[in-house]
Amino acid sequence: MSQNFRLNTGGLINRDKPIEFRFNGKKYIGYEGDTLASALLANGIHLIGRSFKYHRPRGFFGAGVDEPNAKMQVEINGCSEPNINATEIELVNNLSATSQNCWPSVNFDIGAINNFLNRFFPAGFYYKTFMWPKSFWYRVYEPFIRKAAGLGIASLKKDKERYEHKYEYCDLLVTGSGPAGLASAYAAAKNGAKVILAEDKPRYGGTLLTDDVTIDNLSGKDWSEKIISELKEMPNVIVKNRSQVFGYYDHNMMVMFERTGDHLEKKPKYTPRQRLWYIRAKEVLLSTGSIERPIVFGNNDTPGVFLSAAAKEYMKVYGVLIGKKPIIFTNNDSGYETAIEFKKNGVNPIVLDTREDQNSELINEAKDLDIKIKFSYAVIVAHGYKKVKSATIGKLNKEKIDFVNTEQIDCDSICVSGFWTPTVHLASQSGNKLKFNDSIDAFVPDKSKQNEHSLGAANGTFTLQDTLKNSFNTGSEVSKSITKKDEKIQIPNTNERKYSAHDKFWCSPLPKGKNYKRFVDFQNDVAVSDIEVALREGYRSIEHVKRYTTLGMATDQGRTSNLNGLQLVANVEKKIVPQVGHTTFRPPFTPVTIGTIVGREIGKEYMPTRKTPMHHWHEKNNAVWVDAGAWKRPRYYKRGNENLFEASKREAKNVRDHVGVCDVTTLGKIDIKGPDAAEFLNRVYTNAWLKLPVGKARYGVMLREDGIVMDDGTTTRISENHYHMTTTTAQAANVLSHLEYYLQIVWPELNVNVVSTTEQWAGAAIAGPKSRDLLAKLFPKIDVSNEALPFMGYVEGDLFGVKARIFRISFSGELAYEINVESDFGLFMWEKIIEIGEEFNIQPYGTEALSTLRIEMGHVAGPELDGRTIPYDVSLEGLVSKKKDFIGKRSLAKEAFNKADRQKIVGLVPLDRKSSIPEGSHLVENKNAKLPNPKLGHVSSSCWSVENNNPFSLAILKDGKNMIGKKLFAVSPLKNTSIEVEVMSSHYVDHEGKRVRS
Amino acid sequence: MLNIKCPYCGDRSQKEFAYGGDGTITRPKLNQEISDEEWDNFVYLRKSPRGKHIELWHHIAGCRQWFKVERDTTTHEIFRTFKPEEEF
Repeated sequence: MSQNFRLNTGGLINRDKPIEFRFNGKKYIGYEGDTLASALLANGIHLIGRSFKYHRPRGFFGAGVDEPNAKMQVEINGCSEPNINATEIELVNNLSATSQNCWPSVNFDIGAINNFLNRFFPAGFYYKTFMWPKSFWYRVYEPFIRKAAGLGIASLKKDKERYEHKYEYCDLLVTGSGPAGLASAYAAAKNGAKVILAEDKPRYGGTLLTDDVTIDNLSGKDWSEKIISELKEMPNVIVKNRSQVFGYYDHNMMVMFERTGDHLEKKPKYTPRQRLWYIRAKEVLLSTGSIERPIVFGNNDTPGVFLSAAAKEYMKVYGVLIGKKPIIFTNNDSGYETAIEFKKNGVNPIVLDTREDQNSELINEAKDLDIKIKFSYAVIVAHGYKKVKSATIGKLNKEKIDFVNTEQIDCDSICVSGFWTPTVHLASQSGNKLKFNDSIDAFVPDKSKQNEHSLGAANGTFTLQDTLKNSFNTGSEVSKSITKKDEKIQIPNTNERKYSAHDKFWCSPLPKGKNYKRFVDFQNDVAVSDIEVALREGYRSIEHVKRYTTLGMATDQGRTSNLNGLQLVANVEKKIVPQVGHTTFRPPFTPVTIGTIVGREIGKEYMPTRKTPMHHWHEKNNAVWVDAGAWKRPRYYKRGNENLFEASKREAKNVRDHVGVCDVTTLGKIDIKGPDAAEFLNRVYTNAWLKLPVGKARYGVMLREDGIVMDDGTTTRISENHYHMTTTTAQAANVLSHLEYYLQIVWPELNVNVVSTTEQWAGAAIAGPKSRDLLAKLFPKIDVSNEALPFMGYVEGDLFGVKARIFRISFSGELAYEINVESDFGLFMWEKIIEIGEEFNIQPYGTEALSTLRIEMGHVAGPELDGRTIPYDVSLEGLVSKKKDFIGKRSLAKEAFNKADRQKIVGLVPLDRKSSIPEGSHLVENKNAKLPNPKLGHVSSSCWSVENNNPFSLAILKDGKNMIGKKLFAVSPLKNTSIEVEVMSSHYVDHEGKRVRS
Repeated sequence: MLNIKCPYCGDRSQKEFAYGGDGTITRPKLNQEISDEEWDNFVYLRKSPRGKHIELWHHIAGCRQWFKVERDTTTHEIFRTFKPEEEF
């Protein structure tokens, strides 16, 4: 098919570069510089989709972000994306688009039956119909509705494209490169301000590209090109096209969506597809322009009905005629510009003007060109199903609520102009309460909440001369206050024609006995009758009417429907629009891809990965990883065909029998220094710290103010005023913040400093009966005997030339030591331990074996210190000082914490000595009791005791103190198990703690 | 995203900070005799004002200092930020 509707000359497209694309499987040709919409229109394609609810045939209506109908499934480079606005996407080779919401095809759509059943689909249809029977909602109604209410299809394939984020800071962000944007950006840039000018479209200039005006004797297009090229030369200016500022957030944080890749024929390797900009701007100038309002009439959604400015844009920018027999239906002078453009291109339009006979420069020009004009006329209804074929028009009576006479005339398109609506979305997002401007029948920004100014049409200024004057001045003043420079700029002259006043006519009345569908919101299929139903049913607040009818709730955010909807509500309610109020605008202004929002934070880049200095050794030795916060820790080291259970048993057994080594670098480490350090620790921990000698470690428990255990760990006194604190891996960051809070806010008089040294020290725990023999070989110069280095002792040593810290502490309950060296020597230390440990049968062990060892010893960890337990609950009450005060102590006196049957940690063993007890199981007395079965406690940690060769668990049990020896059931509905268990002491191995002291 | 002026480092994005709750709470002194009710008020009770609010923030990805912010809870306007020892 050739481009029958393409003009031979004119437009900003490149006729020397044809581009092949597909629409619904068929091949078409467009030109470089086309949008998908303009290329389809050049080929005479108008039927492009079906409407959301009634499946009515729909065509193009706008030429940019205003478009409500042309949402398509678009495939470029194998990347398929739904709901793309055909008026915004640039044509590239091999682009393939398909219509949405129709089956089997856009030409023959089964769903269109809804259109003929439309009286069964009134406003609130879903709310009313699918309520009964209740159980049908999930099984029948919802799946059906989801299938029927189709937009496009999200691709199930992995998105291979690259998306990026960028941060930028500027003095002024200018949103939109129409006359207001260009003038204000230019003035600000001349004053030396750092300016970002963002334009949504590929071409700069906004309405200057389509309006017949000259500025300083240059055409609008030439003037905008001149300004843009000057701005691009300036080092303090960033000029961006294809960039939509879509969100206005707190403190002038602006978010912009840049389309960097899709329009390129060959995208360079590292060019992202799209980019998200976070821009912190000192001042924001909103030059977002305005969008033409439709006039509502019967079957106004028929393909071939356009906004009049869109029809003009298709001619002026793309060299495309949207029709060859158009009706221009207008209530203001803008329609005449479109009519004159048609006439210049050899097409004879008819203008229907709802106003009485008028004279203005523009109307007189049209009259001089012999354009047929009918004053006091309106379109009543469009005829034609898949394309406009004719229209019934009528002469309005004096009150404009009925017609004096009607006639039917042939046409192939209808261009409507109902005056202009300022694009106030960003201003509204900024917190600006809008005010109604009666002279333009629309809302304009009121007082600014943040540092923003609306300029030009976005502020309701519809004349070019005023726009330029205000914008140059505002750009100049706002930048002057930042840069203190004041470059004088001559405001240019224009040859703008004067408009006559518009008519407040916005909706054609229905002739008696007729009941045409008159659509207000095309994208969500909301007609005049739907809003009337909502009001009849008692919905009053505009926010309720919006939600009940879905008016303005589609992805176009009601850009062409909001004000007409408000007019309608005002008419029915006999109010004026400002009394009805308006609904809230929220970001994003236009849809943004999820890929762009996610950016590079995807897959393994979703969060940072922390690796210990020994990571690669673990990797080479078949470590199977487990995530501990951002850290990677070896869960176990796989040998042969071992599974987790077998490997962890082997590793744990080896610690009990010989010696094992575990990477404990991930433990939180905090360096504490200062003359008041001991006093500080004494307030932070529940036990006494004032008398800890230098060279000794102590186990400590810290609470939150509400008495709940926050964390535990050992702290060592390195020297008089220097302590080394360890925390659990998970709580490291919280504990540091906690300490800083008390030092800076609560007790600033304490002379203490804290700093995290987690990443400065690599740690290895060596544990097992042979660990002292190993230590002696690692540090031949140090006396490591039980007398010289007793349990909780600390000594510094020399590990083959590397300074090391040796702590005699134990988490496994065995004789054990922890060696720390500076991180750079971590791998060296590890390899030495493995090498020298060989003769003692050393094996590395992972977190799973570590858990086994601590569980059967009854040592508590994260699952027990779960933010719900006080020291008593986990049998740490012996560490709670009665003499001194500390953080959280007062809470421990609370009644609930001292009840006789308070929960307490216990051990559990299954009666059959075989069944593993799932963690999280509930403990109940009678497994067959009626639900809800009273819960006595829960299983917190489970392991296979390598010492006793049977399962063992820790549990937090109500009245645990008096439950030893009782038999209960551990029930897990998740695993569908119910295991009879015996309650016993939580210390299953080495009750008296002899081994750690041996 | 708020723009917060750390009294030690200057203007920074909210991403660098952690919110630390009500900045007007004073912890009872150590070893102070205090009723259950008073203690509970300190631990649990917080006002949730609509409008001006003095709150604590922690420059967690920066200088790691805690400081106070006077902020409007409805508009997010920040009136001033100051060091904890500074009077307001």
